[in-house]
Amino acid sequence: MLTSKGIKNVKEGFPLKIQADEVKNVDIDFDQDFISKMVPKLDWNALIFAAQCVGHKEDLPDTLPEGYENDEDLLRKLHHILLEVEVINGCLECPETQRKFPISNGIPNMLLNEDEV
Amino acid sequence: MDNCEKIKTPLFSNITSEDLEHIYEPYEDSFLLIDALEKDLHMIRESQPSVCLEVGSGSGVVLTALASALGPRCQYRATDINPRACRVTRETGKLNGVKIETTCTDLVSAVQDELKGKVDVLLFNPPYVVTPSDEIGRGDLEHTWAGGERGREVMDRLFPCVDSLLSPQGLFYLVALKENDPDDICETMAKFGFSNTTLLARQTGPEKLCVLRFGHKQE
Repeated sequence: MLTSKGIKNVKEGFPLKIQADEVKNVDIDFDQDFISKMVPKLDWNALIFAAQCVGHKEDLPDTLPEGYENDEDLLRKLHHILLEVEVINGCLECPETQRKFPISNGIPNMLLNEDEV
Repeated sequence: MDNCEKIKTPLFSNITSEDLEHIYEPYEDSFLLIDALEKDLHMIRESQPSVCLEVGSGSGVVLTALASALGPRCQYRATDINPRACRVTRETGKLNGVKIETTCTDLVSAVQDELKGKVDVLLFNPPYVVTPSDEIGRGDLEHTWAGGERGREVMDRLFPCVDSLLSPQGLFYLVALKENDPDDICETMAKFGFSNTTLLARQTGPEKLCVLRFGHKQE
């Protein structure tokens, strides 16, 4: 979850809206412990927003349920969204300025011009 | 799994001669940093890091080397100001079976909020060569080495961000040159609440290089 806070006068710059023009699904081995360890570090609302942008909103509950550590079904969905869905081409949009940052070959370009900082 | 406390030098045959006109070629300072990480590998492994971040990853060999040794139970993140370096970093990771999420940004600008307090291992092999200030970032290659006055101008911009990025147990590994005044770097970092260790020092050609490691001062 990147931010566009570097832009002059932008307060939060978060969450950035993802426009996914090309998405690739990669296969990564499911590691339940690892995903479960990652969960508390996530900003759940931002994750839902990101999931919605890439068409996976229906996979996630509105709030993180208690006992998620043992909910394999949920952890598998999170594994897929967090690790296997790669936005190859598209852009990220700043919620405050609508400045768009291109994503190409899976790499977001967050560089700003001198007059923007 | 712990029987191997070595770090393999990653493959980097993905890097083309055209790439090398724009990005930093893996060189002695890169390998010095890898050697320093190898020295600490046991300790890093024991700490079970969940996020490793390399700032200015260039070819990506250093982070790839660490990631290959630590395995996939960790998130590997890289930044570089040069889009080509970002692409090469990702490819070097891929060639070695490592997933590196790369962001094109100035130092940690676009990632510092997200990774606040989460980085367990922070790596920086900065542009450390002493040059006139206006040489910094004049072109792609200058980004890789030109450090301005005392070679400190770029690394000095990262130091104030380290405290907020690192997790409580987080460690920051930095390559520095004698001319950068490592003692003064340590003093600066001490003001931000860090203790330091010099892990390795090596003379390579005319350069006297060292790898410094910083961690939060324990109460």
